[in-house]
Amino acid sequence: MTGGATWRSRLSVPWVVAVVSAILLAIVVMAVLAPLVSPADPARQTLIARLRPPGYVANGFVYRFGTDELGRDLLSRVIWGARASLVVALLSVAVSLSVGALLGMVAAWKRGWIEIVVMRLVDIMLSIPAILLAVLTVAVLGPGFGKLIIVLGLTRWPRYTRVAYAQTLQVASLPYIKAAELGGAGSLRILSRHVLPNIAGPLLVVATAEFGLMILFEAGLSFLGLGIQPPQPSWGSIMSSGRQYVERAWWITLFPGAFLFLLVLSVNVLGDWLRDRLDPRSRNR
Amino acid sequence: MAGYAFWRLVQAAIAVFGVMTIVFVIMRLAGDPTLLLVPEGATREHIEALRHELGFDRPIAVQYVAYLADVLRLDFGQSVVQRLPATAILASRLPYTLELALGASAIALLVGIPAGVAMAVWRGGALERLLATFVVTGQSMPTFLSGILLILVFGVLLGWLPTSGSGGLSSLVLPSIALGALSMATFARMARIAVVDELSKDYVRAARARGLSQGAVVVRHVLRNAAVPVVTIAALEFGNLLAGAVIVETVFAWPGIGQLAIQSIQSRDFVVVQVVVLFVSVIYVAMSLLADLAYAWLDPRIRLHG
Repeated sequence: MTGGATWRSRLSVPWVVAVVSAILLAIVVMAVLAPLVSPADPARQTLIARLRPPGYVANGFVYRFGTDELGRDLLSRVIWGARASLVVALLSVAVSLSVGALLGMVAAWKRGWIEIVVMRLVDIMLSIPAILLAVLTVAVLGPGFGKLIIVLGLTRWPRYTRVAYAQTLQVASLPYIKAAELGGAGSLRILSRHVLPNIAGPLLVVATAEFGLMILFEAGLSFLGLGIQPPQPSWGSIMSSGRQYVERAWWITLFPGAFLFLLVLSVNVLGDWLRDRLDPRSRNR
Repeated sequence: MAGYAFWRLVQAAIAVFGVMTIVFVIMRLAGDPTLLLVPEGATREHIEALRHELGFDRPIAVQYVAYLADVLRLDFGQSVVQRLPATAILASRLPYTLELALGASAIALLVGIPAGVAMAVWRGGALERLLATFVVTGQSMPTFLSGILLILVFGVLLGWLPTSGSGGLSSLVLPSIALGALSMATFARMARIAVVDELSKDYVRAARARGLSQGAVVVRHVLRNAAVPVVTIAALEFGNLLAGAVIVETVFAWPGIGQLAIQSIQSRDFVVVQVVVLFVSVIYVAMSLLADLAYAWLDPRIRLHG
């Protein structure tokens, strides 16, 4: 198939990759340095300065992104929101990747009933719409930062398991694994030292895609009031309260929304680029 | 075909059973499920009484079997807030969500498929790049952001369309676009891949050699063959739309089952939340079954080898 690159990997041209890398880096730096770069305390309310437009000046302080419904500095809240977004996405990917990869490798290595149970469970988990699974679990456990990570970590492992399982099956039949086994290495040692490094690439590709998705999930759940709880800033919850004031104060939803969009777009484009680099076959898909 | 259909049906049944089990487990993750089902501020005696009434003081295995039996009889219990059967509440909200999902499907199909075909036919041109950028943008934009942007532009700035609630066709437009955007991107991509695949086949070259114009080949032959994969994913997408309704209905204050789920979580009405999750998951499983069967029926190669 000539020229059959996907329309998304058409964006994997060098200058686009450079631009999105710069955007991603800027957002990460902003999140890490939030206490330093944030112009004001994101929780400080100034009730007489509610819903002021971007550029509003009071007492010599410039509200560059304007203020929200409680008179808080929107720019500071957006900066701290980046932190919430990235930390939740990073930790939930770490949890689901660890759980998923371990289950997939063990299922492929041990076979037997473990394989049947784990892979059936994967099929079933994937047959429940992801957002509903997360909504139900958060509803039962209650909202909050830590619980959000647990919920996302424990509902998002099946995709990693599928990849780890398929890859381990391939690797396990290779001669060097047999050699290690004959050399007396135990299962744990073989899986961690010999199998894992060889299946890390495909797992990383899934992890990148999931990272973008987790950013959207955090924002979506926080938007629904099920994620990070106010007054702690999160892009989703800022937009949720901004929804009520959208007719009078567009900036409350637009600024966090723009950052969210740029972050997810950057992660998606970089993910595609990474996939093309790690797996040349996918270029023609 | 019969063998394949039977096997696929068994798989779907296992998935439904699994979904029921997972919901049962999740409802017990926080410990005593009675606490999820009592209204806030209930007395200790009230909680004890309800625990006994609902059977949560029985062994877990007995509870599980009783739960499966109830679900199979479509008896999900009463809403603790509204004092009505949960299924009745679900049924009263369902028409709104179906209306919204149909609106979203219409937009996704009517915009997505022509866009995909155009990207395939004029491959490598400026139009393809433009459409591709448009589609990628749609894909990276969360539903609640595109929903709010639509409200901002068409509701607030231009004042053309209502921005919340349900009432008449005009109120359906914005939520349908917001909900359908992601499916539209999927249809565009599938249609593009399918048409590009067909265009590279020998019969297209033969038809061109006989003197048919490119347009005639596409309309008379290519579209018909490319329709197979595209039609089958329509069923899958419909299931996704029902799940996506949770967010879109919250943004647009649309009184469907998605809004019902979120409102029920806020009022701690878990009987209702459970029904919504089970219902949408079963539809989801049924739609993927339908998609596979339709694909097998339309494409004999799968029917014979499956």
